[in-house]
Amino acid sequence: MPTTRDDRRAERPGRTRWTDAVNTSTTGARTTDGNADWEGVRLHVVSGKGGTGKTTVAAALALALASGGRRTLLVEVEGRQGIAQLFDCPHLPYEDRKIAVAPGGGEVYALAIDPEEALLEYLDMFYHLGRAGKGLKKLGAIDFATTIAPGLRDVLLTGKACESARRRTHGRFAYDAVVMDAPPTGRIARFLNVNTEVAGLAKFGPIHTQAEAVMGVIRSPQTAVHLVTLLEEMPVQETVDGVTELRQSGLPAGGVVINMARPPLQAEDESDTGQRLTPELLEAGLVAGGIKPTRPLISSLLAEADEHASRIELESTGRALVRGLDLPVYELPLLADGMDLGGLYRLAEALREQGMA
Amino acid sequence: MNRLEIDELIDDPGTRILVCCGSGGVGKTTTAAALGLRAAERGRNVVVLTIDPARRLAQSMGLTELDNTPRRVVDVDETKGGSLHAMMLDMKRTFDEIVEQHADPERAQQILDNPFYQSLSSSFAGTQEYMAMEKLGQLHATGEWDLIVVDTPPSRSALDFLDAPQRLGSFLDGRLIRILSAPAKVGGRGALKFLSAGMGLMTGALSKVVGTHLLTDIQTFVAALDTTFGGFRKRADATYKLLQARGTSFLVVAAPEKDALREAAYFVDRLGTERMPLAGLVLNRVHATRAGRLSAERSLAAAEALTEQAESAEEAGGEPDGSASRPADLRLVAGLLTLHAERLRVIDREERMRTRFTSIHPEVWVAEVPALPGDVHDLDGLRVIGESLGTG
Ligand SMILES: Nc1ncnc2c1ncn2[C@@H]1O[C@H](COP(=O)(O)OP(=O)(O)O)[C@@H](O)[C@H]1O
Ligand SMILES: Nc1ncnc2c1ncn2[C@@H]1O[C@H](COP(=O)(O)OP(=O)(O)O)[C@@H](O)[C@H]1O
Ligand SMILES: [Mg+2]
Ligand SMILES: [Mg+2]
Repeated sequence: MPTTRDDRRAERPGRTRWTDAVNTSTTGARTTDGNADWEGVRLHVVSGKGGTGKTTVAAALALALASGGRRTLLVEVEGRQGIAQLFDCPHLPYEDRKIAVAPGGGEVYALAIDPEEALLEYLDMFYHLGRAGKGLKKLGAIDFATTIAPGLRDVLLTGKACESARRRTHGRFAYDAVVMDAPPTGRIARFLNVNTEVAGLAKFGPIHTQAEAVMGVIRSPQTAVHLVTLLEEMPVQETVDGVTELRQSGLPAGGVVINMARPPLQAEDESDTGQRLTPELLEAGLVAGGIKPTRPLISSLLAEADEHASRIELESTGRALVRGLDLPVYELPLLADGMDLGGLYRLAEALREQGMA
Repeated sequence: MNRLEIDELIDDPGTRILVCCGSGGVGKTTTAAALGLRAAERGRNVVVLTIDPARRLAQSMGLTELDNTPRRVVDVDETKGGSLHAMMLDMKRTFDEIVEQHADPERAQQILDNPFYQSLSSSFAGTQEYMAMEKLGQLHATGEWDLIVVDTPPSRSALDFLDAPQRLGSFLDGRLIRILSAPAKVGGRGALKFLSAGMGLMTGALSKVVGTHLLTDIQTFVAALDTTFGGFRKRADATYKLLQARGTSFLVVAAPEKDALREAAYFVDRLGTERMPLAGLVLNRVHATRAGRLSAERSLAAAEALTEQAESAEEAGGEPDGSASRPADLRLVAGLLTLHAERLRVIDREERMRTRFTSIHPEVWVAEVPALPGDVHDLDGLRVIGESLGTG
């Protein structure tokens, strides 16, 4: 029997129809298995230096947290449509959409928060603007308001994420966890610390009240701010600075995810590969493996070993700095073939194995 | 693939401004600094405007004092008559300086103290890009350097550099901000009359949302600004023109990865539309091997065989005789062969990415820079990068 498109989809775990709509009335939060590091955390904020893999790690974490029959929401706040790109699905609207199935039957939903839409939603909630709202939009007033007051924009974004984390249907939480693909480390404390920003700009009014409620969630043990880093000088430095800043602002620092790490060539107690791997030793090994040990081949392979060794050394300096932060550390490998959905599931699995979910 | 001749570009006295663009983390700052250093050591008087150098790189260039003016970099080979200055952009300070230059002291102070100005000058998305251009304009105007190399802010998208300044300019100059800052005029004037009905509701709603203070602050800010110097947009436009001027060239920096190259492609297209000259693509952090003849497959097969040999030797337990290798050594070589195979896979993927880019954009010239095993954090590191930029 020829396979149909749907059969093929069924063979590939995690490929779900992005068009599946949310149906919060049939399922609710399930009990948790109780042995992960972040039990009780409802809002996972994933930050890190740009390009270190925030979007990737946030998605992997949402998948990992959803596995075993749970339901998570992956939230994007920077309007980049990075989630849609990663999951290879069309442009995400301002509406929860199911984007993947997790191992063991869980579900991952995604939401791209649009600050304009969020502002209109709030205005409508508080002032019943109706058609006037559309007029505001046409005039560019919404863009204006969200632009002149970056704090306002952040209030809306974090507000929507917190609302999703707290939303209940039929007495249960709509999502077991919400994972936010957040702004980079340099802006994260400020982004989450909307309260101070807003206190300066909007001293009264519903937005002010809203900000207070949001801070209540964000500063509580229900939230964890994870930082993604590479084992390179700049990202590690930013991570160290970022953790200090989070702590100073009273925000709950979560774990550090080291991304794209390279495995050492041998066990850590013998990490001086560059020195130990002599030409003679390599030659003997190549012969034993059935490869003709030409002189150029030996010198080129030794050069590769040296390069790898100095990378590893650099990485271990970075790793030591990260470990010194006194936070749980997780490590994800560099996927040599680049990222695809399969790779994302492998990263999710690695996070689970290490107890992050 | 057309090879981009970097040395020809930086040696050409007609090249006056080089802008390094690209998405975050690809090596813009490194490339800008390396180009500046190389051009200086080849005899040109260069200033590099960096935005966000890594700490150690900044130190090695003497960028420890943040005074927003170029400093001469020491330990540069000046025997060919060139020199290198470098500076790190302080965006708030640059903004403050514009205000101070154009307003009388009292008014300037008024603006600087304005809370809206403070929020705008330190956190508006786009202020950094705008100030980078502003600073470029200033450096250019002094006529002190014959080559200016510009690094661009660490935005996710390379296009932000082109778009943000105008966004800020037109935002400050925009219709809405004018209406809001002069609500009294609105009621009576022809063209704007139709707006007046919605105005009350709108300003009402806005002030409830953002707070009355903020609206008042904006109004005073815009009023103060307006009377002291011409429109912001005009200013942004002028600097933008500099980017289209003869003597300006763009270098798009990308890593050989899908996302970075997609950004690079957008940027290349955009430069075309804007009639801004593209010098070429710098493909940074490219992996290479000199042992390419040992294929991934053979490498992995040998690694597997070696691991098996190591296992059986361990099971046999005895010390190997003189000719055979120790199990640990076999494993070590197996590890190296696996690593080699992995590297070939990476090279293969990067090669595919590059080919895809060059077949869509065959007209773009490309210079490749290898991935160094360590960070680039001193002048020697920059020379290595410069050397591979120059000679490929
Ligand atoms: N573990 C990994 N192995 C290989 N590539 C990765 C890995 N994590 C992320 N990437 C790639 O790195 C790039 C940056 O990742 P992304 O998640 O978009 O970062 P950010 O959101 O922080 O900018 C993407 O091209 C992504 O596919
Ligand atoms: N060719 C290269 N080989 C190795 N490391 C590099 C290379 N180019 C840049 N780097 C390193 O990558 C990091 C990011 O580079 P940077 O120039 O700051 O990127 P950007 O300015 O685009 O954000 C720095 O730590 C830098 O030392
Ligand atoms: Mg991202
Ligand atoms: Mg930079």
